[in-house]
Amino acid sequence: MMKRVKGDEDACSSSSEGPTESCKKVRKLQPSKEKHQEEEEETDVDLCEFGFDWALLPQEILLNIFQFLPLLDRAYASQVCRGWNQAFHMPELWRCFEFELNQPASSYLKATHPELIKQIIKRHSNHLQYVSFKVDSSTESAEAACDILSQLVNCSLKTLGLISTARPSFMELPKSHFISALTVVFVNSKSLSSLKIDDTPVDDPSLKVLVANNSDTLRMLKMSSCPHVSPAGILCVADQCHGLRELALNYHLLSDELLLALSSEKHVHLEHLRIDVVSENPGQHFHTIRKSSWDAMLRHSPKFNLVMYFFLYEDEFGPFFREEVPITHLYFGRSVSKDVLGRVGVHCPRLVELVVCANGLRPLDEELIRIAKRCTQLSAIGLGECEVSCSAFVEFVKMCGRRLSQLSIMEEVLIPDHKYNLDEIHWEVSKHLGRVWFPDMMPTW
Amino acid sequence: MVGNTIHWFRKGLRLHDNPSLKESIRGADTLRCVYILDPWFAGSSNVGISRWRFLLQCLEDLDTSLRKLNSRLFVIRGQPTDVFPRLFQEWQTSQLSYEYDSEPFGKERDAAIQKLASEAGVEVTVKVSHTLYDLDKIIELNGGQSPLTYKRFQALISHMDAVESPAEIITAEVMRKCATPISDDHDDKFAVPSLEELGFETEGLATAVWPGGETEALTRLERHLERKAWVANFERPRMNANSLLASPTGLSPYLRFGCLSCRLFYFKLTDLYRKVKKNSSPPLSLYGQLLWREFFYTTATNNPRFDKMEGNPVCVQIPWDRNPEALAKWAEGRTGFPWIDAIMTQLRQEGWIHHLARHAVACFLTRGDLWISWEEGMKVFEELLLDADWSVNAGSWMWLSCSSFFQQFFHCYCPVGFGRRTDPNGDYIRRYLPILKAFPAKYIFDPWNAPESVQKAAKCVIGMHYPKPMVHHTEASRLNIQRMTQIYQQLSCYRGLGEHRAQPAETTDMLGHVFFFNQIELLEESKQIPITNLIGNNIMCFFYSGRGHAAVKRSSEDLTPGGSNKAQRQTSN
Repeated sequence: MMKRVKGDEDACSSSSEGPTESCKKVRKLQPSKEKHQEEEEETDVDLCEFGFDWALLPQEILLNIFQFLPLLDRAYASQVCRGWNQAFHMPELWRCFEFELNQPASSYLKATHPELIKQIIKRHSNHLQYVSFKVDSSTESAEAACDILSQLVNCSLKTLGLISTARPSFMELPKSHFISALTVVFVNSKSLSSLKIDDTPVDDPSLKVLVANNSDTLRMLKMSSCPHVSPAGILCVADQCHGLRELALNYHLLSDELLLALSSEKHVHLEHLRIDVVSENPGQHFHTIRKSSWDAMLRHSPKFNLVMYFFLYEDEFGPFFREEVPITHLYFGRSVSKDVLGRVGVHCPRLVELVVCANGLRPLDEELIRIAKRCTQLSAIGLGECEVSCSAFVEFVKMCGRRLSQLSIMEEVLIPDHKYNLDEIHWEVSKHLGRVWFPDMMPTW
Repeated sequence: MVGNTIHWFRKGLRLHDNPSLKESIRGADTLRCVYILDPWFAGSSNVGISRWRFLLQCLEDLDTSLRKLNSRLFVIRGQPTDVFPRLFQEWQTSQLSYEYDSEPFGKERDAAIQKLASEAGVEVTVKVSHTLYDLDKIIELNGGQSPLTYKRFQALISHMDAVESPAEIITAEVMRKCATPISDDHDDKFAVPSLEELGFETEGLATAVWPGGETEALTRLERHLERKAWVANFERPRMNANSLLASPTGLSPYLRFGCLSCRLFYFKLTDLYRKVKKNSSPPLSLYGQLLWREFFYTTATNNPRFDKMEGNPVCVQIPWDRNPEALAKWAEGRTGFPWIDAIMTQLRQEGWIHHLARHAVACFLTRGDLWISWEEGMKVFEELLLDADWSVNAGSWMWLSCSSFFQQFFHCYCPVGFGRRTDPNGDYIRRYLPILKAFPAKYIFDPWNAPESVQKAAKCVIGMHYPKPMVHHTEASRLNIQRMTQIYQQLSCYRGLGEHRAQPAETTDMLGHVFFFNQIELLEESKQIPITNLIGNNIMCFFYSGRGHAAVKRSSEDLTPGGSNKAQRQTSN
């Protein structure tokens, strides 16, 4: 990949030589170059005439090129010569880093080399701005992440992400250990803009620390499944961080007060609110949110996306979809009844995306058609183990028309009837969609 | 000059539709059909007793059929590269024939044998008959790439020439003057071994639910067609509890071993359809089972790493968990979810499970609940499943774990609900997990929810007589859908890179040509440069839309400095 000018090696090996010395050497070498070499290095010859030398490529250009290289290749490049080594350590190349912490016993993927981690902490911790930690299911990996976090004292992080790639190993750490590591960043950064701490033992006091230091800059907070946080804790964040645009949390943290705080005058328009509604045990009870709170949200942020993931048992949907709710993206992770889907059609006028993983064995014809009629913004739908008659499905697609950019229907969902069979249906649907469409297939081997 | 021919059986364990064998016999004076048994195989390989038994039954059946033609099967122990030079010499071979094997390992092995053959002056005759089409032609039609979606594959198929008719069965007439020299000690030297001889413990082994062999295969084919004709319905049959059980018309293991020719099946299906429907053009869906098999063979043939995640250009790199304990529970049917355990039990006992059952257990192991690598599941299936060969098994596992083929990942099978919907009465569970026999239908799929009194009455206390559920399904699936979404969002955001690099190839008749090119680039890019993709919700939340729509917009928040694609690429490792 890298073409080497003959004089290159000499120029690089003697680090004490200045640029003009190296150029002289190159120029000297030129006349004695063999013919075939000359032809090979045609393009280099032109540059050489201007006294150019690969080792002297301007740092800005090097930076540009290095940015395209994966870290490993960059590291190899840094071993070529001192100039390139310097470029490797330019602050601009260390703004973003993703620490991958894996143990061979629990992961198939390689981990960031411990030496490299040491180097980064030593030389680049004050350059780091956008950092994430990907940890596997082992507690050691989570501990290693905390270890690094505690050393990021000189950092002014803008973005921090703690990502468990398998089981949430952060949850297995002693809470205090995790909190103290995390708060090092909260206190030192003072300019955190995005924070992703799902499935961690973060708690109310640490959120207070976050707020105390970063309330002006915080724009995005993702903290789904953080069991140690209470509604009061998140309310504190909403009250103080008026720039918050994206928030992800569990339903138990959602309250009327929170929605009102997010829609207060001081608050910017919210762009994205994601709520996970998860049942721990069958028969769990869920509180309701007043319609007026949702209305206030909508008035304040008319374009906001409300994303809700439901992981409930069929009989736990009682409090939901009784009144109008501004949901835009709706995901049913477990079986959901016809009745609830019927209510969705009535009460979710802003619906844009809908996923139904499973239903029962009775066709969802009426419910789908109602959704097509009432949810005029619907552009994406996914159906898993459900049943819909082919005619009703065609009707649904006809009513939605070309706004359906995503139509993911498992093949088994469609029940042939007197009007259409499976082979005919894809033509009908394609016609109404304006593009070729097939249901999602699974191997029938 | 005497023409001595060897026909080498590997798959294609049949005398009907065996064009390489037929060709081999033509003009030959002697014929010897050999099967080479690798002695290392039985002990160390990942092939269970059911698969071995099936194979041996196939070989016995071949031997019996050959006897009727005054011939015999020669089973030889050893490695092909050692065995053949010896045989060429001993038998003064002039010709070697075998059925084409499209799998990468097979191609390599055969290349080595071809070299040995040419060194020994032996002519080699190879014919395609394990697949409907010459797979290389399909790939050629697709611009030199294996198709990556089933839809694409179907589109290509519809442009291919008609499937070649099956060759006629080898009969005495076909054999004519060709004879097989059989020595007195043939049985000592070349007999089909027994399971015991291979080192298996056969005490207590139940009779095979799926008996191997061409004879059985052809009988089943007739039954299969009879049933279809009787039903007069060629649509995909609705799933019910009965479908889960082994059917006397099931054909998949026979297709895999080649006891049944896929082309024969294809033509018989076509004939029947035309007869019953009085319609001359059957839809592609009629051949669903065969085409899926063909699809996986096509995608695998040029990819030696098809059965791996790492270094596999068509496989998404997913951070699966390494967890041997959990894997063992799944493999041995001890997950605590009766639906999953019953399926794995049927698999282990009989060697076959319905394709929806496969979806259920594969989903549970990988992206649904345990988040364990599909490679592990594939290995277990390789051991236990009669119809699992390399290409189809690996391909199916990648598909079911949403690791490839652009399969939408939003849908996850529930290990309780799915079973309950399929078999509301729970008879399937009772049959394969007799310990749960006395549970009422209401609780048999989630017995841990049954009140103590019910458990005691059923004489099965959960946690004591039957394990507790090994995961909390809701929690696991919630986590896992997050993971998958994250991974696929990372892929989607490389749209910029992909478009930048893709050739603007336009083909108007083949659907989605450019799209697929982009996808391959995308996948390659995503593996090279993992991105610090932290946060931010795409507007397209739940779906993988590799199509690079404007829909996949990212909120400007989480873009790294400069907010450009270039900066996004600048990252770690």
